[in-house]
Amino acid sequence: MSEVVLDQIRKVYAGNVEAVRGVDIHVPDGAFCVLVGPSGCGKSTLLRMIAGLETITSGECRIGSRRVNELEPAERDIAMVFQNYALYPHMSVYDNMAYGLRNRGTAKDEIDARVKEAARILEITPFLDRKPRQLSGGQRQRVAMGRAIVRKPQVFLFDEPLSNLDAKLRIQMRVEIKKLQRALGVTSVYVTHDQLEAMTLADVLVVMNKGEVEQVGAPLDLYEKPASTFVASFIGAPPMNLIPVAGGPGGIATDGLTGGAGLPVPAAGAILGIRPEHLHLATGPLPDGGVGITFPVSAVEAVGSETFVYGPIGGTGQDMIARLPGKALLDAGTAMSVFALRENLHLFDKDTGKRIG
Amino acid sequence: MVERQSFFSFLPHLILALGILVVAFPVYVAFVASTWDPATISNGTMPLRPGPYFLENYRQTLFEGTARSSRSPVGLMMLNSLVMALTIAIGKIAISIISAFAIVYFRFPFRMTAFWVIFVTLMLPVEVRIYPTYKIVADLGLLDSYMGLTVPLIASATATLLFRQFFMTVPDELVEASKIDGAGPMQFFRDTLLPLSITTVAALFVIQFIYGWNQYLWPLLITTREGMQTIVIGIKKMIVTQDALTEWQIAMATAVLAMLPPVLVVIIMQRLFVKGLVETEK
Repeated sequence: MSEVVLDQIRKVYAGNVEAVRGVDIHVPDGAFCVLVGPSGCGKSTLLRMIAGLETITSGECRIGSRRVNELEPAERDIAMVFQNYALYPHMSVYDNMAYGLRNRGTAKDEIDARVKEAARILEITPFLDRKPRQLSGGQRQRVAMGRAIVRKPQVFLFDEPLSNLDAKLRIQMRVEIKKLQRALGVTSVYVTHDQLEAMTLADVLVVMNKGEVEQVGAPLDLYEKPASTFVASFIGAPPMNLIPVAGGPGGIATDGLTGGAGLPVPAAGAILGIRPEHLHLATGPLPDGGVGITFPVSAVEAVGSETFVYGPIGGTGQDMIARLPGKALLDAGTAMSVFALRENLHLFDKDTGKRIG
Repeated sequence: MVERQSFFSFLPHLILALGILVVAFPVYVAFVASTWDPATISNGTMPLRPGPYFLENYRQTLFEGTARSSRSPVGLMMLNSLVMALTIAIGKIAISIISAFAIVYFRFPFRMTAFWVIFVTLMLPVEVRIYPTYKIVADLGLLDSYMGLTVPLIASATATLLFRQFFMTVPDELVEASKIDGAGPMQFFRDTLLPLSITTVAALFVIQFIYGWNQYLWPLLITTREGMQTIVIGIKKMIVTQDALTEWQIAMATAVLAMLPPVLVVIIMQRLFVKGLVETEK
């Protein structure tokens, strides 16, 4: 068993800067956990604490059943892939992968077998004698992964490993990392600020903000039931429309919005969340419990497969986005009516941003 | 248009050629003078082509020295200079790289104080602190010894700063990757930092070897015995003679010989320089 358990982990830097404020995460054996959040949210610090590159101020980090707080990085049985690959520039690809094993006193034959096996899996066998600088970004990334694989660690740690690659390669490597992790069955913790990467890779998705965990769960659960406005706006692209609304006797009492009967909007008001892709062109009467929105179109972006429509909502001044399938024949300046179904409506507290319905 | 282009590429070449001529001509004259007999040189009719006394003059220079003025063989002087230059160069590099490693990669009390103390010594070259340094070396009984000749010149703020600057450009992730790979600090130093610094080491070696080879004031103070003389001092002693003719052919041969080791060092190390320029990525 090589689960990773974080128990009330805190990190306070000199000068009382609290980077991580009491994080609890449980990554089951073999699961792929992705930490996602904006820069400065503490996700990298958290990963580095698991790796042993940062000390843990308080709380406990366990790998398997072992408390690792006091262990050196090399003793934690982890392997890490860095954002800039961190390959040793003066060593050949082979030596880069073999170095850690040599330091552990692994037998020469065993090292050779493991390096060649990893090179075969990653398809970098032809480059074993080359120096890192003679490789392309994608190949370097593979070597960095190879260096992690040969260790046969209990946990893989990835620190934004794809952010130095171009968009096309990033998608390709993303798929490969996922396949590799499945095949090897090694528990992994992956840090990224890219929500798409997070959604596609994660078994367990952790959204962090300001040093705290906003929500933990399966990616689609987070998409369907975001626990706060932060998660709602972070997961999904384009982000969820968050509209401040006032409650009224018939549902929502805000200019430009209709319907919403049965929505538990507090008298003080709330924030209504609707994903752009859940808005449909209004053609007939509003469905039960649904919400209708009429707004003037300020901009239209047609990308072929779909059309993004932008416009301000009358009563609030808030801009919103609707994502319509295909080519919608609309012009800027015209008014547009859309609606969303009851099950696609999210309601958040006006002050705390927490989900209330 | 074509004319102007060729003119503008011709002009820099002309300036460079003139510069080379100005530098190289005296060297050539020195070489020519070292191949003639004293009579030809002193009566002012020395031609600008090498003479027939090359082997004889150089043999005498290397193994016997001048007949009248200093009388110690230049071979021995060269050995002394070589030992001094090598010890200074290697010693400087060894000490500087280790102190830079300590300053950049370790967190210890008064780390920045240590750094600034080293920095301040930039303002105190040997010439400034020559009396106290001489006193210490004399009190330690190190006059007329290789130790006395080299040790006071070894400490080097310049080299320490150079290594520090280089180490700061090495990405932190390499240290972290080393930690995860189970390498201790000294192993990181040996396996990663040292191989990466090799071009810096080569550059410093060239600079410091020439610095050591060209030392004049310090060896002049520290060495009195003939057997401890360095070649730079030797040349000076050959030229200044009382009541005797300066043996120019020997002095010139010594000058040519004195030029050779630094030139050799530059030529050998140049390959590493070029390599260092090509491999810019760290």
